[in-house]
Amino acid sequence: MLRASWKSLMARKLRLFMSAFAIILGVAFVAGSFVFTDTLGRSFDSIMTSTVGDVVVRPVAAGQGDLESQPSTATVPGSLVKELADVPGAARADGNITNFGTFVVGKNGKLIGGFGPPGIGVNFTDGPAAKGLQPFTLTSGHWPQANGEVVLDEKTAQKAGYLVGEKINLVSSGTQPRIQAKLVGITRMEGGTAGASISVFTTEEARTLFMEGKDVYSDVWVTAASGTSQEELRDAVAAKLPKDYEAVTGDSAAAAAATDVQEALGFITTFLLIFAGVALVVGSFLIVNTFSILVAQRSRELALFRALGSTRRQVARSVLFEATVTGLIGSILGLGLGVVIAMGIRALFGQFGLDLSGQSLIIAPRTIVVSLVVGLVVTLVAAYLPARNAGKVPPVAAMRDDAILAESGMRGRTIVGTILSAVGIGLLGAGLFADVPKATYWVGAGILGIVLGVALISPLVGRPVIAGIGWIYRKTFGAVGLMAQQNAQRNPRRTGATASALMIGVTLVSMMAVFGASAKASVDEAVDKEFVADYVVSSVVGTPFSPEVTRELAAVKGVDQVAAFRWDQVTVKGSDRQVTGIDPSHIGVLGPTPMVAGKLAGLTTTTVSVSEELAKAEKLSVGSKIDLTRGGTTKPFTVGAIHGDSALLSSDYLLSLPALESLGGPKTDSYAFITREAGASAVQVGRDLDKALADLPVVTVKDQGEFADEQRAQINQMLYLIYALLGLAVIIAILGIINTLALSVIERTKEIGLLRAVGLSRRQLKRMLRLESIVIALLGAALGIGLGVAFGVALQRSLADDGIDVLAVPWPQLGFFVALAGLVGVVAAWWPGWRASRLDILRAVTTE
Amino acid sequence: MTTDLAPERRDTTPATARVAARVTDLVKTYGSGDTAVTALKGVSLDIAAGEFTAIMGPSGSGKSTLMHCAAGLDSVTRGSVQLGDIELTTLKEKDLTKVRRDHIGFVFQSFNLIPTLNAEENILLPLSIAGRKPDRAWFDQVISTVGLGDRLGHRPGELSGGQQQRVACARALVSRPEIIFADEPTGNLDSTSGAEVLGFLRRSVDEFGQTIVMVTHDPGAASWTDRVVFLADGRIVTELREPTPERILETMKSLDAKVQG
Repeated sequence: MLRASWKSLMARKLRLFMSAFAIILGVAFVAGSFVFTDTLGRSFDSIMTSTVGDVVVRPVAAGQGDLESQPSTATVPGSLVKELADVPGAARADGNITNFGTFVVGKNGKLIGGFGPPGIGVNFTDGPAAKGLQPFTLTSGHWPQANGEVVLDEKTAQKAGYLVGEKINLVSSGTQPRIQAKLVGITRMEGGTAGASISVFTTEEARTLFMEGKDVYSDVWVTAASGTSQEELRDAVAAKLPKDYEAVTGDSAAAAAATDVQEALGFITTFLLIFAGVALVVGSFLIVNTFSILVAQRSRELALFRALGSTRRQVARSVLFEATVTGLIGSILGLGLGVVIAMGIRALFGQFGLDLSGQSLIIAPRTIVVSLVVGLVVTLVAAYLPARNAGKVPPVAAMRDDAILAESGMRGRTIVGTILSAVGIGLLGAGLFADVPKATYWVGAGILGIVLGVALISPLVGRPVIAGIGWIYRKTFGAVGLMAQQNAQRNPRRTGATASALMIGVTLVSMMAVFGASAKASVDEAVDKEFVADYVVSSVVGTPFSPEVTRELAAVKGVDQVAAFRWDQVTVKGSDRQVTGIDPSHIGVLGPTPMVAGKLAGLTTTTVSVSEELAKAEKLSVGSKIDLTRGGTTKPFTVGAIHGDSALLSSDYLLSLPALESLGGPKTDSYAFITREAGASAVQVGRDLDKALADLPVVTVKDQGEFADEQRAQINQMLYLIYALLGLAVIIAILGIINTLALSVIERTKEIGLLRAVGLSRRQLKRMLRLESIVIALLGAALGIGLGVAFGVALQRSLADDGIDVLAVPWPQLGFFVALAGLVGVVAAWWPGWRASRLDILRAVTTE
Repeated sequence: MTTDLAPERRDTTPATARVAARVTDLVKTYGSGDTAVTALKGVSLDIAAGEFTAIMGPSGSGKSTLMHCAAGLDSVTRGSVQLGDIELTTLKEKDLTKVRRDHIGFVFQSFNLIPTLNAEENILLPLSIAGRKPDRAWFDQVISTVGLGDRLGHRPGELSGGQQQRVACARALVSRPEIIFADEPTGNLDSTSGAEVLGFLRRSVDEFGQTIVMVTHDPGAASWTDRVVFLADGRIVTELREPTPERILETMKSLDAKVQG
């Protein structure tokens, strides 16, 4: 029996490949995301081990928080460093100064580095990292010995085009935004820098640049004397530390830092796994279909097995065996493709500046096991129903010509589909509009439920669509159109499942299209109605910039007001909340903010403005006391104002800049908003602002229109990335249509032969298949756009309070999707049509 | 094909008849080299218009191959096939499709109806493929002759074998082809249904002057025709006019004896 299925499998390698393709893609995404995450983790593990000493002493505030918030400005006094060197078990102690906003300006005047990896400025010490590791190896020149000397890491120096001995330009988020120094050496960092740039200065100069000239450090490395373990040294150091400072072992500090990075980059894994899920769901439709058709085609053969004494179970098992082989081959190929995908992502990240080429790809046993299991399980689950149906073939079918597996009733299917959709709607609604924990999971499960539910009832809900298209077909194409429509209706489930595969991709694409259009429309409206500032200053790499920039721009002729603006995070009652630091004296520049109580201009170092929403939820009013925590610092604040939503000020908490700094908040600006003096020339002021920032490529100034364009461009960029990945789901769906049509052609060989015999030309035959294919594709598109628009509207409604308050449905774009689906139909029909038209008429007519 | 041909043909006699199809020195070889099998070894045959011709012969005699080649379904190795004035062997696929569509009708052993179309749609299929309007009067006449009036809305699955074959016959007739090729049309039918189908074919020859070539191995079926051509081992060996089942059986027996002897 198994031999027979093996032979049947090998006889149809192409079919095997087509159904395995979906599995290959799905598994590839799973494997790719694991390989990439592991590689990322390992490279940061190795980088981080050289960024810690045996024991790290730091302000408690610095150890808190994560990469989402800005680094703490709390410091360690220089006097403590000397004391720590004398702790028993310590060989030495070195104070480190670290700044995360120091970038090198290349020879061409452009900034080296991109969105994400930091530009790190440090002081030079010859203290070893943990376990005696030397973090830096000098490859040429010497370490900085005097002020005005700098050493760069080799990749950065190479990208910038600087040679040892040259004068170089740097920009910094410290008190001096521009730095000029002489490049005196090149260093290589242990484990690579993952795209970060590193500039090394003398301790004295680093202090001037980054610590406002004070004798303080960011943290201290205490090196263990031989024979002392990290833990022993930590305990000895901890005993000496005043309050507000902590000592951690290098191992745990490195692990924590690496974990932070991985968590921050975790969205990539999630993103990839979502697409893996989409690909696998779409793929499973393809597999159900392929195996159903297969069973239908082989029903006579299977009946013969039954007549010869095979049990139902044996017959079903033979089909499952075929599925196992398909699943296994698909998974193995998918695993291979996954490694390629991981390489692709790594290369893509390299483009954006996160350079991981120092670390070879890691294919963990877990990756292999998970990939194979996922691929196999999905295939087997999808093939289960067709296999069970195969077992139900009556033995007598072997004796009859026309005994084809009858499609069982639609009732059970309709009921299950309806229930699934209803449950899905409930989950989606709860996830979007109710306050449930892990709302994303609810939304995901809801969408999956609705999609599967609609896929189940698609043969039913698709009827009017097919009938409508069929009517046009009959009017336009006569008999050929009629036959195309009827062929599409012949196996409603097959058509439904094939269309559903396309539906999933179209649903998600349309949902994102509606969401993206709404987001863009919201940005436009916000800029249009609420934007008062004439110019916006922002960082080109996403890191905050020196407050000196704001001060300099205020002096530019024709500038009226400049308002600094800082994003940060505080902890309130244990949960992280977004806070915005504002300049109360220039609050008007940030646009009209509807106030419920108090005035933003009246904010002091001890008062905070809370959002209307938060005030309601927490029952706060002017005069209420709340504690805000940042890092280890907690301070009491009084509610001084309650603000409504506006485009820029949507955070729950608004603090004055000095208040935020007193909590250890950043002394760097995220944005600066500028208004022009009445009567000043827009062109002239814009040009002057550009000139003022010409030697500071880390920031750019944009006018209202450019700012809106930039926001829109960011949304578009996200959309295009999602479209590109969803494009893969559409490709799987195209393969599904090809597969279904190709198998249908084989099933209808005799009919096609007859049609050709009675005079159907090849062209007409191809047209017939093309029309059938287009029906399937358009059905998928219609269902998908219906669902996608509904999901998109729901998503927009749920985010209306978070700034996406304008609903825009991009009808032309959706129309384009429909046209594209039609094209998909045309493309998918090409190969089956070609094959059908090449059928030998005589053999086709007389085939059994 | 013009509509006024039918009444003219009714009066023709075999001896002076117009030739509807002419096969000359037809050779058909399958495969090549050592494994080559020659199914037809130089067959020449005229099919008179308005005549009902049967082709008989034992299995492997080449009768089906002859029909397939004559109908333009299969290519020939050598020789010529003419349908009216048209030489089929030199036609391109596209033109051949057109010839089949406009000048030839088919009836197959296994009915070969399109399961998704109802009886009427199946009957009109060749016309709608060609994009021609059916001649209603002719259609009604064909339908009443086949006796399917009340079953026109049914799909093939809802019809008996005999009814399906009658639909297939009506489909072949409705486009008024010059010639109808029928390949064992009664092979899958019981004797009653078979007789109905044969009776219908006979009437279409007598009443409409239709030319029909039928391949069969059933002497009973062949006795409904005007002329029986016998094939053995790829050659025409003899033929009968105004055949009866007895004479056909006798001829077959003598052929068997010759082949064995």
